[in-house]
Formats: sequence, C-alpha cells, structure tokens
Amino acid sequence: MLGGFLDKFKAGLARTRESVVDRIREAVGGKPRLDEETLEEIEEILIQADIGVDTSMDLIERLRERYGDADHEEVEQGVFDLLARELGSMLTVPTPIASTHRPTIILVVGVNGAGKTTTVGKLAKRFSDDGKKVMIAACDTFRAAAIDQLEIWAERTGADIVRHQAGADAASVAYDAMEAAVAQGIDVVLIDTAGRLHTKVNLMEELKKIQRVVARTIEGAPHETLLVLDATTGQNAVEQARAFHRDVSLTGLVLAKLDGTAKGGVIVAVTHELDVPVRLVGLGEGEDDLQPFDPEHFIAALLGRDNI
Amino acid sequence: MFDQISDKLEGVFKKLRGQGKLTEANIDEALREVRRALLEADVNYKVARDFIKRVKERALGQDVLKSITPGQQVVKVVHDEMVVLLGGEQAPLDLTGSPPLVVMMIGLQGAGKTTTAGKLALQLKEKGRTPLLVAADVYRPAAIDQLEVLGESIDVGVYRAPDGTDPVEIARGGLELAKATGLDTVIIDTAGRLHVDDERMDEVARIKDAVSPREILFVADGATGQDAVTAASAFYEQLVFTGVVLTRLDSDTRGGAALSIREVTGVPIKYIGVSEKPDGLEVFHPDRLASRILGMGDIVTLVEKAQDAVDETQARQMQKKLRTASFTFDDFLEQMEQVRQMGPLDQLLDMIPGAGKALKGMQLEEDAFVSVEAIIRSMTFEERGKPQILNGSRRRRIAKGSGTTVQEVNRLIKQFTMMQKMMKRMARPGKGGKMAMPVFG
Repeated sequence: MLGGFLDKFKAGLARTRESVVDRIREAVGGKPRLDEETLEEIEEILIQADIGVDTSMDLIERLRERYGDADHEEVEQGVFDLLARELGSMLTVPTPIASTHRPTIILVVGVNGAGKTTTVGKLAKRFSDDGKKVMIAACDTFRAAAIDQLEIWAERTGADIVRHQAGADAASVAYDAMEAAVAQGIDVVLIDTAGRLHTKVNLMEELKKIQRVVARTIEGAPHETLLVLDATTGQNAVEQARAFHRDVSLTGLVLAKLDGTAKGGVIVAVTHELDVPVRLVGLGEGEDDLQPFDPEHFIAALLGRDNI
Repeated sequence: MFDQISDKLEGVFKKLRGQGKLTEANIDEALREVRRALLEADVNYKVARDFIKRVKERALGQDVLKSITPGQQVVKVVHDEMVVLLGGEQAPLDLTGSPPLVVMMIGLQGAGKTTTAGKLALQLKEKGRTPLLVAADVYRPAAIDQLEVLGESIDVGVYRAPDGTDPVEIARGGLELAKATGLDTVIIDTAGRLHVDDERMDEVARIKDAVSPREILFVADGATGQDAVTAASAFYEQLVFTGVVLTRLDSDTRGGAALSIREVTGVPIKYIGVSEKPDGLEVFHPDRLASRILGMGDIVTLVEKAQDAVDETQARQMQKKLRTASFTFDDFLEQMEQVRQMGPLDQLLDMIPGAGKALKGMQLEEDAFVSVEAIIRSMTFEERGKPQILNGSRRRRIAKGSGTTVQEVNRLIKQFTMMQKMMKRMARPGKGGKMAMPVFG
C-alpha cells in the first residue's frame, strides 16, 4: 500500500517540475465555468505553494463568485489574471537595498539554518562589486565555526571582518565593528547574527541589545534589518516574522533557497500581515545567486507561468 | 493563533447533541475543521486528504461514548489514527552487527545535519559506543571546522581529509580509520543538497555505495511546509533512508511535516531535535506530536518547560512559604520572572488545553507584566513584605515612582491580598492539595 503511495508522489514530483499553468489549464479544461472539482484542484495548487489555508480559501471564494455560476469565455485566462491580481495586491514592490548612508549598517537575522551567513556573504560580494568598502561583523559567536565560515566569505569578496573569539558577547562585536567602520571610512557594514528560534526569549533579548548598541553608536542605524526566511518553511514563517518584527522592527525579508521545488508562498501572508516587503531572493550557493525580489516574477513562478 | 480544535468541534456538534452515533452527515463538518487544522500545521494537502478519508471510515458508525461529547470523540479517533500513522512504537537506531557500523546524515541545506551528527555522537558515546565523526561536507565554507569544534566539545574524534578530497573518498577514509583504530560507529556528515540537484544526489548515492551504511538518517527542519513530501520522496527514491530526524521542535512550529514525510516514505521518525546544545536530541513520541499537530495543547511540553525554568530548590522554598503564608511581593516578582522565562505568555496558554477559550478576550500582553514589575520595584523592602502598611500616601508614591496610576496599584494590591488568602486556604492540610505554581491574572 505504501508503495502505491510513493508512486503517486513520484508522479507528483514530476508534476511540480511541470508548469502549474498546465495543471490549472488541465483542471479548467476549456469549461465555461468552474465546478467544485476544478475549484478544489486550484485550491490544492495554492495550498501546496504554502500560501496558507486562509488566503487560499479567500482566493477560491473569489473565483467561485466570479466563475462559479454563469458561463464565461476564456475562463483559464480569467483565473490566472484574478489570482495574479489578488496575490499581487498582497505583495509590495520593494525598494532596493541601498548604501546611501556612510556607513550603511545592515543587520541580518533569522532562525537557525535559514541561510543568514550565506546571505551576508552574497551581500558582501554585491557591494564589493559595486566598488564599496565592505565590512562584516561576525556576531554569531555561538555556532561552532560560524566565524570561520564568514572569514572565508570575507576573503572571497575582499571585505574586512571584525571578529572576536567564539563565545564572546555579540553586542560587543557589533560595537567594535561600528567604531572600526567609522574610523576606516567603510561604506557598508553587514552584521551576521547567530541563528535563533523566535520563541527563545533570552536570545531575542540579545538581538535587541545588538540593535541598541548599533543605534547608540551610529545615528539612524541599523539602516536595514533583514529577516532571512527559508523558502521551504511552511506556515511557521508567519510566527517567525511576527516575533522578529515585534522585537527588532524588520525593514525587509530575504527569501533564501528558492532554487528548490518549494514555492515560498508563505511570504504572501507574511508581507500582507506585517507590511514588510521581500527585498531579495536567494537562488543557490554561488556568490552571485542573490537577486532583487520582483513580485511579478514571483507570482508568475508561483502559478507556474514562468521560471525566475 | 492556534485555534483549539476541540473547541471548534464542540461548536459543530452542539446542534447534534443527543444523537447516539457518528453518522456521515454529522461527521463531515467536523472533519472539515480537522482538515483545516492539518493544513495549518503544514501537513501536505494530499496527505491530509487521504488521512481524513481514513479517519472517516474509522469513525463512521461508532457509538458515541457516554462520558465524552461527539466532538471529543472525533478528536480522539483523529488523534489515535495519527499516533498510529506517526509510528505507534519507538523505532530505535539499529546498530547490531559487526563493527564498525556506519550512520549517514543526509538532507537539505540548513536542516541541521551537522548539529544532529554531533548530538548523536554524544548520545552513542554515553551509551558506551565509540563513535567517529566524518566531515564529508566539502561545499559549505567551514562546515568541516564546525564539525571539528563540535567533536572537540564532546570529546569525539573527527576524521577530516586534505582539502580537495572527493566526499566519497572522505567517507571511505573515515571507515578505514575506524577499522584501523577499533572504533565501532562511524557517523558521516554529508553536505546539504537540493533534491533537484542531480549531480549532488548522485554523489550522495555514491557515498552510500562506498560505505554501506546501516542507518541513513534524513534530517528535516520541523517547520518545513508543503514541499516536505517532494524533498523526502526524492531523497527516499535515491537513497532509501532508514530513519528521520525532525529538528527545531523547540519552537512553536506545529510540525505537520512529520506526518507528510512518514506517510510518503513509511520510514519511522527516530529522533527530534529540541535544543542547540549537544544533548538536545530526544527520542520521538508520536502521541505528543499528534497533539501538537492538531493544536490540542501540549501539556507535557508545558510541564517540561516549567521544569526548565523553575529551579527545584527555589520551588521547594516557595512551597514552604505558601504553607506558612509568608508569601511577599518579592516572591510574587520571582514567580513572575519564572513564568516569563518559559516563553511568551500566549504561547504558554496555547499549550494548555481549553485555556484559549477560557481566557478569550482577556488582555494578556507582556506589557501587563512590565507594569506589575514596575509597581513592585517602586515599593520599599518593608512594603513588599507587609502589604498591610500600604496606606494612601504610600500608594500615591508608588504610582508615581512606577509611572502607573493609583488605581493600578490598588488593583495589584487587591489581587495580591486575594492570592495570599487563597494560599492560606490551600495550605491547610486536606483542603487544596499540592500547588507548586499558582496562576495569577
């Protein structure tokens, strides 16, 4: 019995690689209106993209109202347009990550394993390529060898690094980095922090302390506080974002690991609820695999109309 | 946020009271709520659909037990079925056979493989085995250093090969070293990889072929969404892993991915990760996770959290104080601190079955704690011990000092006095029973 189930999922896997547009087209099948079966099929597509139950059901309700009871022409196109429009209204068009202040301080936060350090490395590459003087503050003093991992990124990108020994007070690393950045005329300081579950009160306090220290040393800093979310994360991403936003006021999200089969649909609910835009997406382990977030592309990929 | 599914089902069944059997008509609406709970917990859409179908078959025609309501009964059927699906009994690591035996860690990037490898090594070492950690993640910068530091901290050897060595060769070299030095368990930490990365998937398959592992553990983040089925089935197809480790369950994630992975692969969940520390690896309890997925409240976890936060000696002292009714404002403050250490209040309440409903509409802001703390800290030491001396002018001074109003101060004093009275009553033998941690509002 299990074998049969697995086969079904193998087919499912092939299908996720296939375009979702085909699935919707198949489901609608040229019918002049949407019957319950078709609506259920569309609901499945939305939920499997991690868009969440509430949002998915809302969207289905809109589709039912519009195409459920009377015949229409070009239902397929109508379905796509309605979904794209509704989802688009929940996402904000982001401003790029700028380095207008001198130094510009960018604080990077998130739960363990989301992809913070890699994001910091890629950001360092990006700013270095733009001819900026970049400094990395290694405030993850907890995870074994996190500092070494950043050292390698610093070497690769030519960025400076401020580090203490493992186990040191994270806020004091941040403080030293601020002083050094001002003294050395650095353009951009990237602060890498330890991964922390949003439910750990004392770790969230530590993060607040880092932010306070930075704000005290440089006016208006941190200029950006970015939460890195793993695209494979499900509905818990909403809880994560809510907690981090409450404690350190996020200015943006980074959606990492979008190069897998996960669609990252949960960010629709996150941005909609917290009004914090996605600024960047991570598409791999390479130095250049960090790109600005484009809502239109994202929705097209979500609905399978296009690949990013 | 976590709707109490039992409460919802009570609503559904209210109108059906008095019906003796669970029928198709009265069960459908209830199962819609169950389905919703599953989807909110990130159980895969198809897995949830099939699961509901099975539960329906099981529940149909059952007699409604006298002692419980139909809603509770449906929840019970759902819960029991889920426990069965999650693997009714414990599945220990199979380490029988002639040593050295190989355990291989696999999974997506950031799932927690390296940390889990370290935790597992420590656990095996404590059980008297002699583990060797093998650092085969050559892609993530400093991943090998990370494993080395971990190995050092738990006093377990780490095999690392010169830079540029192929991961397959590293795995083979580790196994050879274990053979040569008489170590009995080899734990291989492989690099994180995407299931759609053919080259890397092929590589991990070659590692498997080279070292014939006894156990292959698929490590997955407990907060994984719908895609868990895709990743798990792709890894399973390629490697036929033998166990699953679900990490980061010490957060508020519902962990529905567990159900999805188990359903599509049939492989048991062997461990869960519950802390960043090297000893934070626990055996898996299907019943606890089932409650968690359903959002039914997890009283066991709550008790454990309380144990973590409350120092036992402190708790005993507190009990003595309660008995002799010498409970002061300072003690009040101390207890409040302990409750706060357990985590955000609304999350704690979610763990108590039924609390969500009972306390609905009450303001449970952390801010309330803050003003209570400010009021107590604005009292003199004498006042904290003897609240009866708090006259009007003292109360005005306290309100000023704490940035609150006299009304707020009055309210707190009233609550405190009531609590003291209550405690005196409960402290009398035979009347109340044990009470380690009074709840105050």
